[in-house]
Amino acid sequence: MKIAKFLPALMAGALLALPATAAELKIGLQDDADVLDPAQSQTFVGRIVYTALCDKLVDLSPDLKIVPQLATEWAWSDDGKVLTMKLREGVKFHDGTPFNADAVVYDVTRSMTLPESKRKSELKSVEKVEASGEYEVKFTLKSPDVTLLATLSDRAGMMISPTAAKAEGANFGNKPVCSGPFKFVERVQQDRIVLEKFQDYWNKDNIFIDKVTYLPIPDTTVRLANLRAGDLDMIERLAASDAAAVKADANLSYESVVNLGWLAIYFNVGDKATSPMGKDKRLRQAFSLAIDREAANQIVYEGTSVAGNQPFSPQSPWFDKNFPVPARDVEKARALVKEAGFDRVPVEMMVTNNPVAMQMMQIVQSMVAEAGFDVSLKATEFTTLLDEMTAGNYQVARSDWSGRADPDGNIHQFLTCKAALNDAKYCNPDVDKLLNEAREAPDEAVRKQKYDAAMAIIQDDMPMTWIGHQSWIWAMSKKVTGFIPYPDGMIRLAGVKKAD
Amino acid sequence: MYSYIGKRVLVAIPTLLIISIFVFSLQKLLPGDPVLALAGEDRDPQTIEYLREKYHLNDPVPVQYIRWVGSALQGDLGISLKTNQPVLKLIGDKLPVTIQLAVMSIIFAFVIGIPMGILAAVKKNTALDYIANVVALSGLSIPNFWLGIMLILLVSVKLGWLPASGYQPFFDDPLRSIQTMLMPAFVLGNALAATLMRHTRSAMLSVLSADYIRTARAKGLSEWAVVLEHSFRNAVLPIVTLSALLFGELLAGAVLTEQIFTIPGFGKLIVDAVFTRDYAVVQGVVLCTAVGFIVMNLIADVFYVLLNPRMRAAL
Repeated sequence: MKIAKFLPALMAGALLALPATAAELKIGLQDDADVLDPAQSQTFVGRIVYTALCDKLVDLSPDLKIVPQLATEWAWSDDGKVLTMKLREGVKFHDGTPFNADAVVYDVTRSMTLPESKRKSELKSVEKVEASGEYEVKFTLKSPDVTLLATLSDRAGMMISPTAAKAEGANFGNKPVCSGPFKFVERVQQDRIVLEKFQDYWNKDNIFIDKVTYLPIPDTTVRLANLRAGDLDMIERLAASDAAAVKADANLSYESVVNLGWLAIYFNVGDKATSPMGKDKRLRQAFSLAIDREAANQIVYEGTSVAGNQPFSPQSPWFDKNFPVPARDVEKARALVKEAGFDRVPVEMMVTNNPVAMQMMQIVQSMVAEAGFDVSLKATEFTTLLDEMTAGNYQVARSDWSGRADPDGNIHQFLTCKAALNDAKYCNPDVDKLLNEAREAPDEAVRKQKYDAAMAIIQDDMPMTWIGHQSWIWAMSKKVTGFIPYPDGMIRLAGVKKAD
Repeated sequence: MYSYIGKRVLVAIPTLLIISIFVFSLQKLLPGDPVLALAGEDRDPQTIEYLREKYHLNDPVPVQYIRWVGSALQGDLGISLKTNQPVLKLIGDKLPVTIQLAVMSIIFAFVIGIPMGILAAVKKNTALDYIANVVALSGLSIPNFWLGIMLILLVSVKLGWLPASGYQPFFDDPLRSIQTMLMPAFVLGNALAATLMRHTRSAMLSVLSADYIRTARAKGLSEWAVVLEHSFRNAVLPIVTLSALLFGELLAGAVLTEQIFTIPGFGKLIVDAVFTRDYAVVQGVVLCTAVGFIVMNLIADVFYVLLNPRMRAAL
């Protein structure tokens, strides 16, 4: 009797001791990643792949606080010009190279000096980085820059194996070697990127997936069809129009979070501006007042996005409550147009030729028409739009930003005089001063005051007007559990499980 | 025969040069700066300047063209601006994928189009002819993207018979490879089958009314011997020419089909390259396509000679 009971128990024990079938996660991405070198790459989907492949010095929490990853603790000097970081010990890169202060110095210096590097402007406040111990590094800055930690929570803070980087040089991206939970297996351009679990990962007890395959499938309908057919386990950037169908599907689950970016309308207020819109701020204010942001977002994004009027969403701690999202006021808008000396204002607006952006602008077009704006929409292919906006060859344009964790990344590079992304060609020394000071202030309350002060001027000058903030939407098979949505849109795989 | 092929190859050289000049200048006329597209969201001015220098985009266009021809002659088609990989390697990776798609589509087209054309001609003005015409017209009128998505929804999502999209190299897993290609090949082959059917039908009709067919019938040959041996052999000549021309249509169709089914082939490569203004890739792909087109036409001409004794005598 005892043996009869014991045998099944023994067998069950033996079965449990066997490794479970390898869990493979297939993730559908909207685009193909560019070169897989954190110093050189630029795409959003590239960052999604890095989240599994390359650990960073620091990471973000879902509420956007900076949390340890390869750096366990850090401290700023009193003058805000030196950042000292203590590093995690016992970490290895996928090729076995140990991770230490020398590796950090090599990697950060590489990002600052490699001719092909696209991290130079992100790291331009750094004067030098040096090892102050085997597991301690010191960043010395040219001027205080509190945004550096957020910068190090992204590609500039991703650590790659110095051994591989030295051997491969600028071709490192063909076979990337990092220290993240998954290591690189293969990549077929425009088809797939395959990673497998790194057995020596420092946090391997939290990784329950053995293999990850990323498949770029640009068409949202086809991406969802693949998920439904069981060929994918998860997809990113589900179309808002499919949200209801996914929620109603018993085999799928739905996750979303408002992202860090924004949808905006740019007014060309620079020297090349010839339109009345660029010359008279009252017209821009009227234009903004004539838009029913709630309705436009509700219709186009089926309730998945939120209305906004600032570079920070209304949920963000950086949102200036003195300027709540305005209700539509056609009377006031019309009065402003009259005050500016116009009856009807002709406006040419450039917009990317994708259906969702066009739809949004057609709604805006009909809304502002009631206030006296005759908008002609000029659907333009994205690369051309970018070119025309950078060159200042436009009157009004619609463009989006994917967003950054630190508030600085969502405002400074757009609205300071010499900024690279200042497509509105706006220049106000007072705004420049406030935004530069906000960058240097270690105290969050002081930073907030600076941003609020800048916002008051920007809302009056109105070189840009923000209309809303989209959500990142993921759809996944019910078999996938443990996924936590982050506002940065990344897919973090620690804690994610897939049932057989 | 060899001197004939040799002459044709010589004629191909100026053709290729003209095509490459045309594509090169056309690309430069496109608005939009490749480096701006490449520099990503942050558009770092330092990076932009570096990339312009690296890819010689500051040079005058004729200088850029001569440089490109110089390296192309040495077998170097340049480096992709977007992925940093040699264009030749990208083409080498994508070519087998599109060839597989093309071959499977052509098989579909031949298997459906030719027998349907023969039947429609033989059974002219009967219900069978009308049905074949309706099927052919639908094949021509239904857009690829619509048919593709409908098939995915029906065959993959509802019935779960075939993978919805993607690609599996043939030699890694032949069965899975054919399964993933079945729907795209059908979508692409379907329109070609319609064209083939219409041409086979009209070629057969003109042959079937010829005197020698009447003679063959008078000799007491069976109807199928008349149709297949005497008529089809003569009707096949225009079909061979058409098949070579269809190759171009096939590549054009592959652009859309590969987008829908996410097949990492030539079509997807060139579309992505055009959108990011990846000049080197566009130029390389167009050159390869032109070479492919010329080779296909050459093969068609050779077949023509082999199939038609009168042409052999003329050589």
